[in-house]
Amino acid sequence: MTEQKPSDPSFGRQVMGNLTEASAVSYQPMVSMDEDASLAPPGADVHSEDFYLAPNWKLVWWRFKKHRLAVISSVIMIIIAIVAIVPGFFSTQDPHVTDALQSFIPVQMIHFIDDGAIRPFVYGAVGQRNPTTLRVEWQIDENVKVPVKFFTRGYPYEILGLFTLDIHLVGVDETAPVEVDPAAKEASAGPNRVSTSLHILGSDRLGRDQWSRLMYGTRVSLSIGLVAVAISTVLGIVLGGISGYFGGTIDMVIQRLIEILQSLPAIPIWLALSAALPRTWSVEQTYFAITIILALLAWTTLAREVRSRFITLREEDFVVAAKLSGCGQPRIIFRHMVPTFSSHIIAAVTLAIPVMIINETFLSFLGLGLRPPAISWGVLLQEAQNLQSIALAPWLLLPGLLVIVTVLALNILGDGLRDAADPYTS
Amino acid sequence: MTQLIVKRLLLLPVLLFIFSVFSFIIIQAPPGDFVTSYIAELASSGSSMDQAQIDALRSTYGLDQPLTGQYLKWIGRILRGDLGVSLDWQKPIGELIGERLGLTVMLGLLTFFLSWALAVPIGIISAVKKYTLVDYFFTIFNYIGIATPTFMVALIAMWLAFSWFGVSVTGLFSSEYVDAPWSLARFGDLMTHMWLPVLILTLSGTARLARIMRANLLDELNKPYVEMARAKGMSEWHLIIKYPVRLALNPLVSTIGWYLPLIFSGSLVVATVLNLPTIGPMLLRSLTNQDMFLAGAIVLIYCLLAIIGTLVSDILLAWLDPRIRMES
Amino acid sequence: MTDYRLLITTTISNMNPDNQSPLLAVNNLKTYFQLDEGVVKAVDGVSFDVHPGQVVGIVGESGCGKSVTIKSILRIVPPPGKVVEGEIRYWPQKQATYEASGFDGSVDLAKLDPRGKEMRSMRGSEIALIPQEPMASFSPVHTIGNQLIEAIRLHQKVSKKEAAEMAIERMHEVGVPSPEQRMNAYSWEMSGGLRQRAMIAMALSCNPSLLIADEPTTAIDVTTQAQVLSLLKRLQESHNMAIIFITHDLGVIAQMADYVVVMYLGRVMETGPADEIFHSPQHPYTKALLESIPTVHSASRTFLPTIAGSIPHPFNRPPGCPYFPRCVDYMPGVCDQLTPIIQPVNPKQAASCFLFSDAAEDVEPATVKSKR
Repeated sequence: MTEQKPSDPSFGRQVMGNLTEASAVSYQPMVSMDEDASLAPPGADVHSEDFYLAPNWKLVWWRFKKHRLAVISSVIMIIIAIVAIVPGFFSTQDPHVTDALQSFIPVQMIHFIDDGAIRPFVYGAVGQRNPTTLRVEWQIDENVKVPVKFFTRGYPYEILGLFTLDIHLVGVDETAPVEVDPAAKEASAGPNRVSTSLHILGSDRLGRDQWSRLMYGTRVSLSIGLVAVAISTVLGIVLGGISGYFGGTIDMVIQRLIEILQSLPAIPIWLALSAALPRTWSVEQTYFAITIILALLAWTTLAREVRSRFITLREEDFVVAAKLSGCGQPRIIFRHMVPTFSSHIIAAVTLAIPVMIINETFLSFLGLGLRPPAISWGVLLQEAQNLQSIALAPWLLLPGLLVIVTVLALNILGDGLRDAADPYTS
Repeated sequence: MTQLIVKRLLLLPVLLFIFSVFSFIIIQAPPGDFVTSYIAELASSGSSMDQAQIDALRSTYGLDQPLTGQYLKWIGRILRGDLGVSLDWQKPIGELIGERLGLTVMLGLLTFFLSWALAVPIGIISAVKKYTLVDYFFTIFNYIGIATPTFMVALIAMWLAFSWFGVSVTGLFSSEYVDAPWSLARFGDLMTHMWLPVLILTLSGTARLARIMRANLLDELNKPYVEMARAKGMSEWHLIIKYPVRLALNPLVSTIGWYLPLIFSGSLVVATVLNLPTIGPMLLRSLTNQDMFLAGAIVLIYCLLAIIGTLVSDILLAWLDPRIRMES
Repeated sequence: MTDYRLLITTTISNMNPDNQSPLLAVNNLKTYFQLDEGVVKAVDGVSFDVHPGQVVGIVGESGCGKSVTIKSILRIVPPPGKVVEGEIRYWPQKQATYEASGFDGSVDLAKLDPRGKEMRSMRGSEIALIPQEPMASFSPVHTIGNQLIEAIRLHQKVSKKEAAEMAIERMHEVGVPSPEQRMNAYSWEMSGGLRQRAMIAMALSCNPSLLIADEPTTAIDVTTQAQVLSLLKRLQESHNMAIIFITHDLGVIAQMADYVVVMYLGRVMETGPADEIFHSPQHPYTKALLESIPTVHSASRTFLPTIAGSIPHPFNRPPGCPYFPRCVDYMPGVCDQLTPIIQPVNPKQAASCFLFSDAAEDVEPATVKSKR
């Protein structure tokens, strides 16, 4: 068949196969019995012994650390999470207290240095009644200095429903006098009034402090995102896992269900379902109903991901090996298969949270999600729904900034985790 | 190819049936029935009905029958093209929705084409110039575009337009054209209003698509066929456009399936903020006012638009990718 | 540059009594990958010549740098890889395609812009590639015909129709049955052997003088492998092409190559005519490689000798001779201190080993240690 070269019979032309390759592979020492390390494909980004021996989470952590933006994002998220846990500490006033005389006070920035000394203060707001609208209109007056103090006492709040505290991060220093420029004093006499309260992000239509409301809204919005994602994660893993591991008819049924749910237009369905919630329900009831509504349509993406992972893993040698050595199905699933893609699930979940947060925000924004007296980011933004309010009080848009920062941080964090989740690919 | 389309078309009635049941459940969700609310509505405006009229109305809508009977009557009327009457507006729903549907579709399609036209080149440049300044710039743009809810963009745009130029950018028509019949002048007026909502909706869509395009293309750029094209002596840009970009577009086309419905229904929030005469704000109003036949009809229309989106993406994908074409 | 180059050239010239100039002369080629973790010296000072019509086999374990070597010749090393040193001298056979000022019959490919027009006019036209995976090397959404016609029209001014005829002719030549129909087929509609034949047809479409075959038979069935090899041999003879044949399969080398280059960890261990390499290997590594092959003469039910240890990771390259940790003839204090230079061992063979010569690299290259 092929042309043969003249050759020495003692060597023989009966050279068979590619044994150089085979010998090289078979003589790769079994560096570790660790399941995770044995996943490393030959020729992967292998550095040294500790790379082989490192457990999976450590590899993920090594790679995650390199993604600087993701590390920054995780710090931001930790701060936001602390706010969500103890919003009372960060707020300056009771978020529900209304004061018709204090409506639409603009943003009061905290200044730290007063006449070269460290003495934190804010410029006070001076209100004047508009002769045509008869409304008090507030303006920041640099002649009025309201001293503020950190770690001051204020209204009492509960921490996680366990105990009550009245220490706040920042508040008006009641002991120090309000400094008013003499000239301004004159002007403030008569129809003008001076507000000595602290509104870091201004106040809303009903005179409620927006900063304090934002702190409490963080708790609700973040927790709704977390709970909704938790529900959809459980649904996704269970249904996706069943679908991928068992296959057959049950897989077919679940796949069709996912397809139908995915082709539904999510936003109108959410709106319709939320609108169907009885108005008489309490804040807590609506909260859970909204969470479930959000979760109902969101589990399908994760279920698809889990399913495809299961399908590829089912055929992997290490799963077959586990089966052959007599492992029970739960052990194969939870000890052998799930650990190989748990980091992917964590990344997918992290990326799902911001979607939920945005969805809750716009449901409430449209008036069909949480309703006052509940406070969430969406409820806060509802105050800024029309041009009149924005034109009058543009600071009502500020809660949106926190939404953007949170969603941005979660997205970058999720991306960092997803990239780190594959420690063996370069 | 034809087989695939036929298969998809055969599936259509099934999907429509499921979605119509869904919409019907929405109609049924609030307590009380249509006629009860109608009587209450009439009573509040001072007029009343006698029992015979009420019974007649009840039997027209099949309210004297069990739920399945009511559903059959409702779907039967819809199949005949009668969407029912809006309680709130006191008008036939078909008449109410007509122009608004056209504007919704137009807004959606313009957004769709603009975001594709922007996202594909951005994705290509980011992937080819990976880890350069251009890539970082677009990456930041994409992150922000994805993180900012569209209604925030709309609110900010509205505020900026007001505080800088003192103009209110709401609506799709100037006041003199709102109820005017269609004319070239009215269309021109529409266009001077349409660009802002289109741009706002495009922002987040572009960010998403560009991200997907970049990731797809990065995957494709490492494939052996790219190296082979280089080894043939093709010039770099020529080969990138002909091979990896062409392949990276396929998964992007499959996003049409969810992206098109998302624009149609996602425009709802922006339309509400900017007070646009599309079906979105109408759905919102009908839901808050419990005008359930209108709400059900609009939800059904959204479902229909979603199905069309998926259908378009499937057919386009089969046309683009011979592997999918052969499978069916 | 250094005297050993001359010596090797003489050894090769011994093989080519007509003493014509080579087609390709790779001289001290170094291709490094600059990674965050350190520098990977994928190719670290490789030299060899290819003469017109000669089949040179490059053999080595996976990761020895043979693929990067040929990618360096074609200048398609993927980033962050870069040709950092050395010369890739090529004598174009179609001089019309290359008209640079001061052209003396040869061109140093290492100095050309990898994306520039000159380099592109070399690829496909002068030097063609047969890739390892024909399946993945054809675009799955373009027809075979489309890709063949494109290859032809890149370097030849012909109409689409003429190009199609030429493509069909080539497909016929490489033994693709009913080539007219295959023109409209996609790569995934064909069998592995047919795909590789179509790939060969594409590589031959511009009559290259040098064909680079990168493990062309790894991805196909054993039964088809032999057919593809004999096809390549036949085409090589009828077109009088030179072939650089890359493989880890010594059997394939024995069947195909006139001249063999044995590589280990980015360096050339031994070179020589195929017969000499197989019958009197000099370098301990070549010997070990050959011993690990089963023959019909070996006693049955005995263990096959293998090479102890494994290939070090590129980041943890040993200092000195790259092979010393696995070498049976390891000389402590020598092999782990100095890096040997390739030197003639006999009139036909050259090896890089202190067993034969004391010649070592002057400067000990700083070993790149990776620290996390």
